[in-house]
This record gives sequence, structure tokens and C-alpha cells, in this order.
Amino acid sequence: MNRRFPSLPFGLAARAENGAGWLLLAVLIALAVLAPVASLAWAAAGGSLAHWSHLAAFVLPQALANTALLLIGVGVLVTLLGTGAAWLVTAYDFPTRRMLSWALLLPLAVPTYIVAFAYLDLLHPIGPVQTAIRALLGYDSPRAFRLPDLRSLGGAVLVLGFVLYPYVYLSTRAMFMTQAASLLEAARTLGAGRLEVFRRVALPLARPAIAVGVSLALLETLNDIGASEFLGVQTLTVSVYTTWVTRSDLAGAAQIALTMLVFVLALILLERHGRRRQRYANTQRMRPMQPQRLRGAAGVGAAALGWLPVLAGFVAPAGYLVVETAKRLHRVGGVSDALIAGAFNTVGIAAAATLLTLAAGLAVAWAGRTLRESARRHPGRACARIASLGYALPGTVLAIGLLGPLALVDDALNTVLSAVAGIAPGLILMGSSLALVLAYTIRFLAVSAGAIEAGLARVPASLEQASRLLGESAGGTLRRVHLPLLKPALAAAALLVFVDAMKELPATLLLRPMNFDTLATWLYAEAARGTYEEGAVAALAIVATGLLPVILLARTQPKTGH
Amino acid sequence: MTALLDVDHIHLAYDTPGGLRTVVEDVSFALDRGAIGCLLGASGCGKTTVLRAVAGFEPVRRGHISLDGTVLSSPCVHVPPERRRVGMMFQDYALFPHLTVAENVGFGLRRRSGDARRARVAEMLELVGLAQAGGSYPHELSGGQQQRVALARSLAPEPELLLLDEPFSNLDVDTRERLAFEVRDILKATGHTAILVTHNQAEAFAIADRIGVMTGGRIAQWDTPYNLHHHPADGFVADFIRRDALADRRAGVFRRGGPATGAVG
Repeated sequence: MNRRFPSLPFGLAARAENGAGWLLLAVLIALAVLAPVASLAWAAAGGSLAHWSHLAAFVLPQALANTALLLIGVGVLVTLLGTGAAWLVTAYDFPTRRMLSWALLLPLAVPTYIVAFAYLDLLHPIGPVQTAIRALLGYDSPRAFRLPDLRSLGGAVLVLGFVLYPYVYLSTRAMFMTQAASLLEAARTLGAGRLEVFRRVALPLARPAIAVGVSLALLETLNDIGASEFLGVQTLTVSVYTTWVTRSDLAGAAQIALTMLVFVLALILLERHGRRRQRYANTQRMRPMQPQRLRGAAGVGAAALGWLPVLAGFVAPAGYLVVETAKRLHRVGGVSDALIAGAFNTVGIAAAATLLTLAAGLAVAWAGRTLRESARRHPGRACARIASLGYALPGTVLAIGLLGPLALVDDALNTVLSAVAGIAPGLILMGSSLALVLAYTIRFLAVSAGAIEAGLARVPASLEQASRLLGESAGGTLRRVHLPLLKPALAAAALLVFVDAMKELPATLLLRPMNFDTLATWLYAEAARGTYEEGAVAALAIVATGLLPVILLARTQPKTGH
Repeated sequence: MTALLDVDHIHLAYDTPGGLRTVVEDVSFALDRGAIGCLLGASGCGKTTVLRAVAGFEPVRRGHISLDGTVLSSPCVHVPPERRRVGMMFQDYALFPHLTVAENVGFGLRRRSGDARRARVAEMLELVGLAQAGGSYPHELSGGQQQRVALARSLAPEPELLLLDEPFSNLDVDTRERLAFEVRDILKATGHTAILVTHNQAEAFAIADRIGVMTGGRIAQWDTPYNLHHHPADGFVADFIRRDALADRRAGVFRRGGPATGAVG
């Protein structure tokens, strides 16, 4: 029975339930996330047509081809590694399986630019690996024998694939563990062998999960600037950076950045599609499947196969960093003051960004809930979805997009301050690390909002209803009921955001103030110069911190069944 | 004497992809101060939605709800839940897990001074027979005890009206019976006005002075238990009452106050 009713004054019930302030705050945050995209379009339109034709003729074809090939290569590699590893630890039991099932997550701790940095030195023609191979094979000169150069598109695919496969592993394994069990067993009773079950049942079931994992891995690939640049692959991301930094051509950089957004959009759609399918598939909870025990050589073989990605994506680069750091400390007896200052900078802005991101995530998640059971959608929900899009914006795109709005705000502040107080403070945002804090907040808001939303979902709706009927306002309820209950979710979100902010490179390179280095930019500068002095120390610090959320993730993983 | 609660021709609807779907249509009833009303019906009949609208969780599309002469809900008025002076006891009790029993009961007494708050909390815990449990956490209590804490908490700020949403459905049969009478005694002793929502006829007849039998989003009859039995408005009400009474007699629940004798006008 559908009927028309006189419509309510706009958002009357929504205002009464959420408090008007929360909704306004959520709208402002959503606008802040949209501002860089709008400003990109504006800046790109400001460039002349000659500009665009120059780009289209000389820069874009190569960059587009490189980016597309890189995405395809990494996509294929992470699918094979991630799905294969997930199936291996779910369907088979072999020595070290339990340890392997969480060790496979370790490469998440290594940012793409660090793994490239480490392998460049490890696999250098006169580096340890190639020297050892020559010694084994009896060659005495790098000229007589060398491996194919890592600095190529193929090298970039390998290096990125081995650190980004855990995204696919994570989502696919969760799918195998919660979904497949009884379906797989049913297939077995119908006479299908293990491999056939994988091909005909498990893989089709896991396809949405694979889509989600691959889209996340490819968003990281698109975001990456360090690895591509160190390995000499001129991608769109690298082009945006050089167009702005070396040619100071904002319109051109914005035009390339807009081109990247097409890729971003495609990946978001892929992810959404996967998640929607996943939701339909996830309506039932099932037992974990019974793994098949592999003994003797088969067990050893499976273990070796399973540990290979861990070795390549984590043990080798991290081990290299430890050795190099130890050598450096032994030789020099300490680290330079500049590096220590860089570490303090890193921790300082990462902490500031974490606080702001948590606050914004809390506001957005809180404005996105509803007291009404009758509400299908409401303005707060829409704001929360928009505000969470920042994770998909590659750092360079975000930074170029922020230049315009930041300059506008700085101008406005100067105008107001000189009119009111007679002082012109100059570039308040652009000239300080505030710009970085804002960029990190926009980029990592999805992380905190997601964690807080998940935490809120675990608090029964009746608790807020009870509190409100006992006379407490929306904000008071948040403070007295939900915040105490959300502490674990907030702590987890803080850890994730802090580490992401600490590792961030592309946006930091573009938005940092003069003479301001973080650990990531320090490492980038050394690798770009090819000096390899204290870079390993900075990289080790980043990887060690990056291990914390991976440990957290491993602990919250579904337990591997016997 | 005018009624304390006046629900006047309200329509309630849900947002669905196909537009608004009406779930409660043209529902009216009134409740005098000190009376206990009940909305009785099968699940999906709209009774809980009516309760949620009175609490202020759902907007009213037509008609209005007023309490003590003040309009709380209408198509152009929506008093937020925290300003309605309406209390509610939830099906899942909704006790705050991070607060002790005393802190739960004192939650709505923020505006009182420390001493007045402590005194009121003690008084309420005494009323529900849990004077010793103030320092415990909700998860340390039995289901029946949690229920009493929920009652004490909802009555502590002295609401004009108490709403009870399927309050006994999570309890085993024996506790349910005892508590139903206990709650009625407490409400009557303190002079509170209340509305109960339930699908259990025995519960309704044991507690309520006025019962509304609901079906398909409408109230088929709003009347005293006696009249529902002896003068059902239509065949549906007659069938509904007889069928459930039979089932109850077979199950042997509510022995102390059977459907016919538990009715107090």
C-alpha cells in the first residue's frame, strides 16, 4: 500500500535524532573530501588546449601504457599469489601452516617504495645476490653474467606484486573460511577431487572477494610513486609529480591527475561490485573446512611454496634493512641529527593527523547512524559515504587537488587578518605542515570512519534509545555511552591511521614545507640520489612501526581450523 | 478528566525503494493518568512501530500524539526523545554494559545534585528489590534481575509515561509470570501511566486496564479486557481472543490470574 503523504519539513526527524550540529559537521567533512576533485577539474580546465595537446602527444601515451601494463601485471600476480596462498593454507595441512597463515600478511608492513629500495641494492649487479650467483657458477666479472635489470616494467610488477598480494589473500581467505566449508564438502561427496572443487566451487565463490582484494591492491599500485620512480617506470603518478615539481605546470599536472581518476573510478566500481556480491553470498555462517593433511615431501613442498611470497615480500627486504642498519650504526656509531629531526617530524604530523582523522571519522560515523527503523537513507549516511572516498584518491592526485583550496583558504585568512589586525601572516596552511595533516586526514578518513562504524554497529541500537529517553542529548549519549564502548575500535583505528600516515610518501613529497623531511621523504631523497647512506635506517623504522597493525590484523583473523 | 496520552489518527510509514510503505494506518487511542494500556497483536501488526513513534524514534506522517495536552509528534512537530518525559523498558533491557547497576539507574538523573541522585537511586533499587546490587555490573545479574534494573532505570527520572516493549519475552515462563505481576504492582503503587506492547494475550490480560487488539496496522478494538471478552467488536477480535485463551489454558501459563479474572477495570 503506497500512499502519498504531505512531506515532512526537510530532515525534521533527522535533525531531532542526530542534532543539527552533527549533520552540519558531516556535510562539511564530505565537502572537504570533494574539494580536491572539484579543484582538479577547475585547474585542468584552466590549461590551454595547446597544453593538453602537448601532453597528449608526448607524455600521456607512454605514461598511460606503462600504468595500464603495470596494473594488469600486478593484478594478475596478486590474484595468483593471494588466491593460491589462501587456498593452500585453507585446504591443506602441512608443517608450519598456522604460522604461515599469519606470516603471509607480513608484506603489508613494507611500503612499495621501501621494497623497491631494498631490492635495487640487493639485486644490484655488484650486490650480494648476483655476486653469490656468480661465485656459485664460477664467473668472475659482472660483465660475464648478470640477471635481467630490475629497473624495468617487469621488475616493477614483481616488486609490487610481492608486497601487495596480502590484500587478495586477506579477503579471499576470509571467504574460503566462512563460506566454503559445507559447500566444498557437498562437492566432495558428489565426487569432485580437491583441485576440481577449487576450480568449480571455491574459485567462483571467492570471485567477489578476489575483486575486492585486487581493487585495493591496484589502488595502492596507482598510488605508488617511489617504486615506479626508483625502477624507472614512467607511470601517470610519476608524470603528475614531475609535471608539477620540475615544470611547475599546475594545469598539466591536474589534467594527468584527472586521467588517473578514470582508473580510480573503475577500481572503486570493481570494489563496490565485489562487496555487493559478497554480501549476498555471506548470508549464512558455515563451519571452517577440514584441511587435507600433507605428509613427507608433499608437506615440505607445500610449506616451501607457501613461504616463498613471505620470503620475497618481507624476509628478504626486511632482513636487508636490518643488516644495512647494523652496518651503518657500527661504522658511524649513530644516526645524523637531520634523520632524528625527520623522525620527530614524522611522528608529530602522523600523531596530529591521527587525532584529526579520528575526530572526523567519529563525527561522520555518528552522523551516519539513525534512530529510525523506517529510514532507508538519510543525509548523514550519504555524507559518510562521500567522506570515505578519500582512500581511493592517489596521494599525488589528492595533493595537486588540494593546492587550489589551500591557496584559497590562505588568501582568505590573509585578507581577513590584514583587514582586522593589520598583519599578513603569509602562507598559513601551505607554508606549514598543516597542509600535510589535512591531506592525511582526507586520505585516511575511510580507515577511521570504517573502524568506528564497525564498532558502532556492535553497540545495540536500544542503548542510544534508552539514553535519549533518559533525557540525554545525541552528543551526551556519544560521550557517556558510545565513546566508552568504542575504546577498542578507536584504538585500532588510531593505530592504522598513524602507521598509514607515517608511511605516506606521494602526497608528502608534494605538500611538505621547505626543508621539512619525514622518514619517507628522507628515504626517497637518498634513493633518488643513489647515495644509500641512512636510507636503510629510516626504512627500518617505518617497517618496524608498520608491523604493529599487521600483528593486530593477524590477531583478529579467523582461526585456522584443524 | 482529559486523557494523559492522546494518540489521534496517526499514520506511520517506512521508506522503501518503492516509496513510502504505510505500516500503521489511522490508529487512535487515549490513556488516562495512572492507567496501563496494552497493544496486543501478532508480530508485524505495527504495535512496536506505534510505541517507537510515541517514544519519538519514528516520525508521524499524519495525525498527532500528545502528552498532557502538549503535542509531541505531528507532521510538523517532532519533539526529540530526550525532551518527551517518556521512559521505556526495552525488550533486550538495553542496560549500559560499562556502567554499574547504580550508575545505570542514575543515568537519567544528571541534573540532580549528587546527594539527591544517590537517594533516588537507592530508593529505586529498593523499590525493585535490588538494594544490594548497586555495585554489580549488568552481566553479573540474572535475566530477571536485569529486567528489574531496567524498570528502576526507566522510572528513576519520573517520566510521565512508561513504555514497555515486549518486556517479558526474554524470560523463562516462571519468571515471566512472577515479574509481570510484580511490574503491575510497582506501576500501580507508584501511580505510573504505562503502555505495554506484547503478542502474549495472557500477559496483556494480566497487566492492562485497556487493551488494543491490532492487526494489519490498525486497531481492531480498544477496550477493557472484560469487554474484549464479552463484547468483541468483530469476528477477528472474537477469534483472536478465543484462540489465544485456549492455547494459554492448554499451556497452563498465568495460573494465578487467568485471562478472565486478571482484568481490573
